[in-house]
Amino acid sequence: MASAITAPVTAQPTTSLVTADNLSAGYEGRTIWSGASFTLGKGEFVAILGPNGAGKTTLFRVLLGLQRPMGGTVRLFGAPPRRGNPHIGYIPQRHTIDTETNVECLELVRLGISGTRWGFNPFSHPDRDAALSALEAAGAADLAHRRLGALSGGELQRVFLAEALVSDPEVLLLDEPLSNLDIKRETELLHLVNNVVRSRGVTALLIAHNINPLLPHMNKVMYIANGRMATGTPQQVLKSESLTRLYGVQVEVLKDPYGNVAIIGVEEHHGDIP
Amino acid sequence: MSISPNILADLQQIWRYTFMQNAIEAGTLTAIVAGVTGYFVVLRRSAFTAHAFSEIGFAGAAWAVLTGIPPLAGLLLGSNLGGLGIALLGRRATNRDTQIGIVLAFSLGLGLLFISLYSGYATQTYSILFGEILGVSNGQVLETLAASVAILVGIGAIYRPLLFSSLDEDVAEAKGMPMLSLGIVFMVIVAVAVSFAVQVTGVLLIFSLMVTPAATAQYIASKPSRAIAASVIIALLATWIGLFFSFYTPYPVSFFITGEVFALYLLVRFLYARFRWERMSQGSLLRDPADRSG
Repeated sequence: MASAITAPVTAQPTTSLVTADNLSAGYEGRTIWSGASFTLGKGEFVAILGPNGAGKTTLFRVLLGLQRPMGGTVRLFGAPPRRGNPHIGYIPQRHTIDTETNVECLELVRLGISGTRWGFNPFSHPDRDAALSALEAAGAADLAHRRLGALSGGELQRVFLAEALVSDPEVLLLDEPLSNLDIKRETELLHLVNNVVRSRGVTALLIAHNINPLLPHMNKVMYIANGRMATGTPQQVLKSESLTRLYGVQVEVLKDPYGNVAIIGVEEHHGDIP
Repeated sequence: MSISPNILADLQQIWRYTFMQNAIEAGTLTAIVAGVTGYFVVLRRSAFTAHAFSEIGFAGAAWAVLTGIPPLAGLLLGSNLGGLGIALLGRRATNRDTQIGIVLAFSLGLGLLFISLYSGYATQTYSILFGEILGVSNGQVLETLAASVAILVGIGAIYRPLLFSSLDEDVAEAKGMPMLSLGIVFMVIVAVAVSFAVQVTGVLLIFSLMVTPAATAQYIASKPSRAIAASVIIALLATWIGLFFSFYTPYPVSFFITGEVFALYLLVRFLYARFRWERMSQGSLLRDPADRSG
């Protein structure tokens, strides 16, 4: 059903789930980025872009309550971030899973809800049903009884998506789920996430390196570079003027006839800020 | 005494000896605990850490022999100090092979020093290194029982968060699980389990109960509860069969246990698992084979 909605939806969100005002973050007294102000609404699909080390994962850590902001304010669901917020589903950046991990996928997904409860109850049927329907929503129903260590990269990302979805979150934080996927799997996974965003009204933040596969689905882009953040619709942010302002050097955004963009002039900034 | 074809008569004969009764009771308890704890040790890739505990425990036990306190107290002290130290180093510390290896070597050296300082007959040292289950007293069986109950209750209480943090540390942390406390509790549990397993297998052969049964079980079952059950069954059978054979032969129990679990591991790893996964990849073991035709 969500395939009907492939064009960017620019309607004003009714409720804002995440608000930040003059937010800054960093490690050990060193600021990575600052002056970030943005509002994210319910059901928005947000791409987070920027060079390596620009602080994209740092933004997730702040939202997850794993790291305190260095300045400014940020609120999720009207309250400051706190670790263990059940309304957030999270897929951390992972490159591999140990191929010796002989545990079935259903078990990992089920731990997405039951893993935070103490005590011993491996036979809970509600948990099992929730895990099965999360696997279904992530297009991974056929993987339920496969071993984690035997999955391909694309299959693994679908299982992680199910693990994040099983607690029925309102916000999804996806840290580079597309890395290590070929173009076909990348497109499949994006469609899955887009389906979830549209059908459940989930707000999804997705860190990626390549904007082009995301463009058909995105409502918003957060571009982090040079210690600052630009937020807006893809049309607003992915322009020569706005990226030049962000980077502080001349940046060209080129578009091909199919709507793909190429950002020229920023290669030397990659990996600048560890 | 020799083995007769009548196994029941053999077992009755074995059971007549108090030392064998004690050995079977202590061995059974240890096998259950080692099988359960070992599953998480293997899942968390902490096998080397568990081994290091036993060697730090060896230094503690040798020190205990020297100062005249029970070796088990020294073992517990040493392995728990090691466990706390590694847990406090924080997450991923269990994977620090090099540092653990350095501490392990120093512990063995320290143990050697204590042994050489001890002027008495060093049989106790030998039994700490290679296990002395046939010398377990009634009191030690009760100690083992108390520790086993405590360990199983402890693991039961943290079962799901422990499984979660073992499989998916980053998500478990983001979900608000207290990773440091979980790590400390688990390391203490492993340290106590190791100390008691040392009675059966000795410091040097600790893997045969703590690691090999669980590693084998992982190839048999992919559901944690079932894999734990399989791990316990393997550890139990290995201990019982080892005790049975060592009763009738001059060879040590530890040798039989290590040999049995190793043979079973090879069998499962290279024959059973391959066969099973080949079938699984063809879909014939999925829940509804009908809809996978073609």
